[in-house]
This record gives sequence, structure tokens and C-alpha cells, in this order.
Amino acid sequence: MRPAVAVVGAGPAGLTAAAELAGLVDGEILVLERERVPGGIPRHSDHTGYGLRDLRRVMSGPGYARLLHRRAERAGARILTEATVTQVSDGRELEVTTPSGLVRVEPRALVLATGARERPRPARLITGDRGAGVYTTGHLQNLVHLHHGRPGKRAVIVGAELVSWSAVLTLREAGCRTVLMTTSQPVPESYAAFHLPGRALLKVPVATGTRLVSVEGDAGRVSAVVVEQAGTGRRRRVECDTVVLTGDWIPDHELARGTGLRLDPRSRGPVVDTALRTSRPGVFAAGNLIHPVDTADIAALDGKHVAAAVHRWLADEQPGEVAFDIEVDAPLRWVAPSVVRRGDPPPSRGRLLLWTDTLVRSPVVRVHQAGRPLAQRRLPWPASPGRVFRVPWSLLARAEPGAGPVRLSLAG
Amino acid sequence: MKIHDVAIIGAGVVGCAVARELAAFELDVVLIEARDDVGDATSKANTAILHTGFDATPGTLESRLVPRGYALLSRYAGETGISVEPTGAVLVAWDDDQLAALPGLRDKAVANGYHAAELVGPDTVYETVPALGPGALGGMTVPGESIIDPWSTTLAFAYDALARGIDLRLGTRVESVEAGPELTTLRTSRGDVTARWVVNAAGLGSDVIDALFGHRRFTVTARRGELIVFDTAARPLAPKIVLPVPTSRGKGVLISPTVFGNVMLGPTSEDLPDRTDTSTSEAGLASLLDKGRRIMPSLLEEEITTSYAGLRAATEHGDYVVDVDAGQRYACLGGIRSTGLTASMSIAEHLRDLLDAAGLPLKPRSDLPPPVRVPVLGEAFTRPYQNDELIRADAEYGRIVCFCEKVTRGEVRDAFAAPIPPRDLNGLRRRTRATLGRCQGFFCGAEVGRLFGEATGTGD
Repeated sequence: MRPAVAVVGAGPAGLTAAAELAGLVDGEILVLERERVPGGIPRHSDHTGYGLRDLRRVMSGPGYARLLHRRAERAGARILTEATVTQVSDGRELEVTTPSGLVRVEPRALVLATGARERPRPARLITGDRGAGVYTTGHLQNLVHLHHGRPGKRAVIVGAELVSWSAVLTLREAGCRTVLMTTSQPVPESYAAFHLPGRALLKVPVATGTRLVSVEGDAGRVSAVVVEQAGTGRRRRVECDTVVLTGDWIPDHELARGTGLRLDPRSRGPVVDTALRTSRPGVFAAGNLIHPVDTADIAALDGKHVAAAVHRWLADEQPGEVAFDIEVDAPLRWVAPSVVRRGDPPPSRGRLLLWTDTLVRSPVVRVHQAGRPLAQRRLPWPASPGRVFRVPWSLLARAEPGAGPVRLSLAG
Repeated sequence: MKIHDVAIIGAGVVGCAVARELAAFELDVVLIEARDDVGDATSKANTAILHTGFDATPGTLESRLVPRGYALLSRYAGETGISVEPTGAVLVAWDDDQLAALPGLRDKAVANGYHAAELVGPDTVYETVPALGPGALGGMTVPGESIIDPWSTTLAFAYDALARGIDLRLGTRVESVEAGPELTTLRTSRGDVTARWVVNAAGLGSDVIDALFGHRRFTVTARRGELIVFDTAARPLAPKIVLPVPTSRGKGVLISPTVFGNVMLGPTSEDLPDRTDTSTSEAGLASLLDKGRRIMPSLLEEEITTSYAGLRAATEHGDYVVDVDAGQRYACLGGIRSTGLTASMSIAEHLRDLLDAAGLPLKPRSDLPPPVRVPVLGEAFTRPYQNDELIRADAEYGRIVCFCEKVTRGEVRDAFAAPIPPRDLNGLRRRTRATLGRCQGFFCGAEVGRLFGEATGTGD
């Protein structure tokens, strides 16, 4: 197959990119999706809040997934499901496994939109028995919303960020009570984000400054967890039959990594510039693959943004020289995009996306270039762990091309 | 009352190999396993290495049986499709004690009949495994050491044994023994089993069974070995097995590639009072990470896919115990430590000869079925998702259900149609690799659970 553009992943970013590109490009836009149904993570996030920034309306995850799918198809994109890209060549060629055989796809431009996942139990070094009943949110929501399966009756949730509350809702729907949420943070990450009445209604105790140490099992099923208080080291046992591990995101970056794209060692997603170009000409990346994770609407708007850049690439526009890189100081972990080229547009929505490891309620963002202060601004929203911290592009207005990397840091 | 010629207790890798071997003769063989699957205890959680036997203690039974088993299993793997990769190994010396121990290890290898081991300087060590951390002083290469799929090995033996007509009783625990002059009756959790001869291959329970026959040959101590498995992205870091140099101050940990494309770090070694405790521990994992960081710092940057603990059936003897009591018509296999995977077929062969000498009539069968083929699970081979011809003949091999491990719906279907279908999700994992990958079910856990429920008529 020789489409004009191949998009890997039919989540919000991929579907939106495909819908945009189908209207812009004279040639086939081929979306390759490994699942049977397009839509990505929103397919099994059965609660409202989707579509706010991209569609200017609010809808459920599954409804949103269906709408994005329909829009891409109506625009003329071809969406191939059960099509797993198993390898990307050192150019842009894809090896794809499908039920009708192996397919080689040779597109003129490639967009990777493979999303992100939560780290599972082993990667978090939670020790103990290997009983059933330990899920990531993705696994849980897949089980409950797509397969109508049942978790247990008493759950402990690791994490207290947006996705963690989403897990509480899913568990409640499945008849499972959340008896405790644990977070290593001194305050629950999502307090500012998750509206207060909702929290009060759910009545879930949140153990801050704690970590889940181990899992006890009985007859092949989780029976309790051990939670340790930071500082005191005091441990307590909490009986439960279900454990949900939320957050701690890692991009599903295996294709990007396998083909040798430059990766950001901190986010582990591919390094992109403000036009969402990766380190390889004609290969682009969008969505939570590059910022694990932001909300679905932001990923979708990445798709819109990347479409414009892909369109310019297909019209033989050559990218400008690198003007400067963007770097961050702790507690900031990563920034995306992190490369700025001469002549490029601002990033999607005029925002840089960052991740912080600690809460700064009223953050002052400082911008330096080669040691020289460029800007300083107090932002009216917190830098909160567990969700993306957005910084206006205008803070970099005085950065000079060729004058060295621009550094962003936080002060309280 | 049905009377079997031979009853084998324990369907681990050794018990299954013995069953397969004895079923090649005109014998009625029954294989009894307390757990719900074959290879579900010690055999499922080891370091998955096909050993040359270079480091065995010369003169021991183990030193004879490991090289022989290496040859037998290598050939059998080729016939049945068990994944083996001849990666070779390098022992790395990190201090003067370890460096000084290398010549002795080479001499030991020669005494064991293994002549390919070579002492090498630090330059060669780093050329062989560039990702090693700083400070390696020298090493010894062991080109023959290989990696193998331990799960498919046990399954292949069991499938072959079934094809040869044995009776397999899973979920059947031997509770007591009643010995008579001609026959022995095993009282089990699922009724009596009567046989002329009994083989004890009960692994962690082998001393308990031995005691039921009135012996006190050894005491089994469950020795826990914890292992950390890193994601397949780490595989280029470990082109060979990196072995520690054992000294009087102890044995270090190894870093080994696996046939599934992962990298393994471990094992710890800790004697436990509880023979069923396969939990992982904070101290164990912390110690592995600490050691791993020194051996191969870049490995620690990779994602951990899984960690687990295996229990070795250690005894106070430094060697395998393979004894046949002709009067009791009873054979005991004990102290089969981690090399038992490699030696499984030669242990079976050795036991066969001892049984022959003890009077078990062995009349070879002329109607043996050909060896089974096991599913292709290793990365060094063409797996179904990569096989265009296979997919065009059957679209289910083109439907990937576990994305990380690239397991297709066709392979999951086949696992349930196999002679020993999985009875739980772990059994399905060992047969197909489904959900064993980096996401641990984030994407496919629910779907794989559904397929399991569909096939077994249970929910997840």
C-alpha cells in the first residue's frame, strides 16, 4: 500500500489528524488500528467530560470515540482495524499484520499516535503474592465497560489523580467499593481538578504520603495490601480484593523506539518540534505518545496541529534549522514539544505541555536562555503532579534563535 | 481395579520426561500431579538456561547427566519446535577473588569434558557484552550455554507422553501409600491409584513422598529465587548470558536473555520454611536491583515487565539423588535443582536403565507416534503473526490479541484445543505468552480474560 499518509493509532489524536488530512491532502489517508474498534482509550472511559476543547461540547468517552471515528470516515480517511504495525523500517515503511495477511505500507508521511499506558504492578516493584485482582485503570475499564466483567467488592486505588477518580467511578458502576486511595504526594493531586461535590459524593478516604508496599493473596486472589506511611515508616494492612494501579504513565513508544527515533529520556516519548515533527524527516508524532498523558481533547487538537505540518511536508516544504531546544529543571520532569525551528508556528493551542513531580500551588515560571533571564510569570493555575502543566508560548517570545537552549524552571 | 505398571508422582519437567521415556515401552503408565497443570511448580519459574554442565562438581551424577541431557534436549527441541537459542555465556570477574577463581573453573570444565571454555581479558569481555558496567577484570567464555523455553519443554514431554498413551491425572494429590508384596496403592485426593512400580518425582514434596515409603534420604528446603524480567527493548543489552563467578563468598546473580526476547536478572537465593511461598520480597528485589545496577547500569533504565519467585527443591546433598529400591519397586528422584530442566531427558534415561536393572520389564514399542510439535513462541523463529502463508490459510493467526507479545487469537484457540488445555490464566500465559508483556494486561487483559472464559465456560 502506498498511501499519502499513514497514521498509526485510531485514538483521538490519530482520528482527528486523519479527518483533517483527508480534507487537505489529495491522496489516501490510511489509519492503522490494532484494536477491533477505533476510538482508543475513550472507548472504555464511560463517563462524561470528553470533547470540551476540540468539539466545544461535552460527551461520554464512548460517544466521543464513535463521533471521532465517524468524522474521520466521512472526511474520506480509510480506517483499517485489527491491523497491527509490528515494525517501522529505518525510513517510513511499515510492516503490518492483518487478518488477511502481512501488508507493507509505504506512505509519503507517517504520523505515530500510539498513545500511552499506565505502568503495571511489576514496574512499580510492588512485592508479595501474585493473586488475581490487580488491575491498571485501562485494564479495569476495558473489563467493566467493554466486557461487562466484574472486579471484586472492596478496592484500594493507587493514585489520587484524575484517572484515579475515573477508576473510582468505574468501580462504583461495577458494584465495587473503593475503601482507600493512596498517593505518595503530600496532598491529593487532583483536588484542584476534580470538583468538590463529586469528591464529597464518592466519600473515598485518601491516604496521602503513602505507598503501597505489597499485596497479600489468598487462594489466588488479592486479600489485602500493605500501605506504608512515608516519614514514619508505619505500615498498615488494608483488606481488599481488588487493587487498581492508576497513573504513572509511559508512552506506548515501542514503534518509535524500535525504528530509532530520538526519544526524550524523561517522558520516553519521541522528541518533537512545535510542528510535531520527530527526528526523522516525514515522520510525525502526536497525542499522548509525546505527552503522557493529557486529556483526550488536547490529544485530538494535536491531531489537528500535526495535520497542518504533514500537509506542508507533502507540499515539499523543508523544515527550518533548529533555533533552540527547550529544557526543564526539577521538579519539572519533561516538556513537549522541546525543539523549536526557525520559521515554525507556535505549538498546538499556543501552549507548552510540562509535567511536574511535586505540587506548586501558585507557580512562577522562569525562562532562561544560556543563563540570561527572558521572562518570569506567575500562572493562575497550579503545577500539579498527575496532570499536564500548561505554559503559554508567549513566555518564550524573547528567546533568540541560535543562542542556546531555553530552560524553564518553577518557583513557588 | 485398574492396575498400572508404573505410577509417576509429580508432573514437573522431570516427571513428564520420565513419563514420556517409560511410555516408549510396553508399559501402562499413570502420571499423577497435585496441581492443576503440568510444570506448575518448580519447573515454571527457573532461569531457563540450557546448561553445558561446565561448572558441575566433577564425578557427581549431575556432572554426568547435565551434558548428556544438554545433547538430548537440544536434539529434541529441534524435533518438537521448543525454542532454543545458542547464545553462549560469559562469566565476568569483578574483583581479584573472582578473577583468581577463573582458571580453576576452566579446569573444572575440562574435568567435566567441556573443552570450549576460554579465559579472556577485560577487552574481550566488553566486546562481548558492551553494556557491562565499569570494573570487569576478566572473564571466561562458555560458548555452549544456551537459552530455552522451559514451559514448552515440560508441555512437549507431557504431550508426547499422552500421545504414547499414558494416563494423566491432574489435581490429584497423593496422601498416603499402601505397599503390598506385588502392588502399591497410592491413596490420593481423587481415589486410589494402584501400580506395580512407583516413581517419586514430586520435587518440593519428594521428601514427604519418600517418607511415605519409609525413607529419610533427604530433606527438601524450599530455596526461593526471585527474578526480575525486563522488557524486550532491553534485549540488545544482553546478547549473551552474563554469569557470576562463584567464590567462597557466595554466588552472584546472572543476567540472561530469554527466548521470548526479554532480559532476566536474578536469582536471589533464600531458604524458606514455607514450601508454597512464591511471593516476591522487598529485600529480594532491592538486592537484585542493587547488583544489577553494578553489572549492567543501562539495564536498570529499562522497564520491568515482571518479577517472580521460584522455589528450588534444595536438599542437604550436593548432588541429584536417583535411587531405585527393587524390593519396594520404588524409585526416588530428589535434589534435582535448577539444572534439572537441562538434565530432564538424561535423568529419565538414567532412571530407565536403573529400573531395567531392578527388574521392570522394558519391551520397546514398535508403534510409537512421531514427536509432537509445540507452538512457536521464541523470538528467533517465525511466529504466527509474521507468517503470511499461515495467516492467509487461517485469518485467526492475523488477529493479534496480546499486542505487546504479539499473540494471535489463533494461538489462544489452539492452546485450548491442545492435549492439555490451560485451566487458568497462568496456564494460558505459559502456552501462548498472552499478557506476559510490558503492559501486563492494560490493553488486552480483559479480552484475553474473555477468551479464557469463553473457552472454559467460566468468567474471569
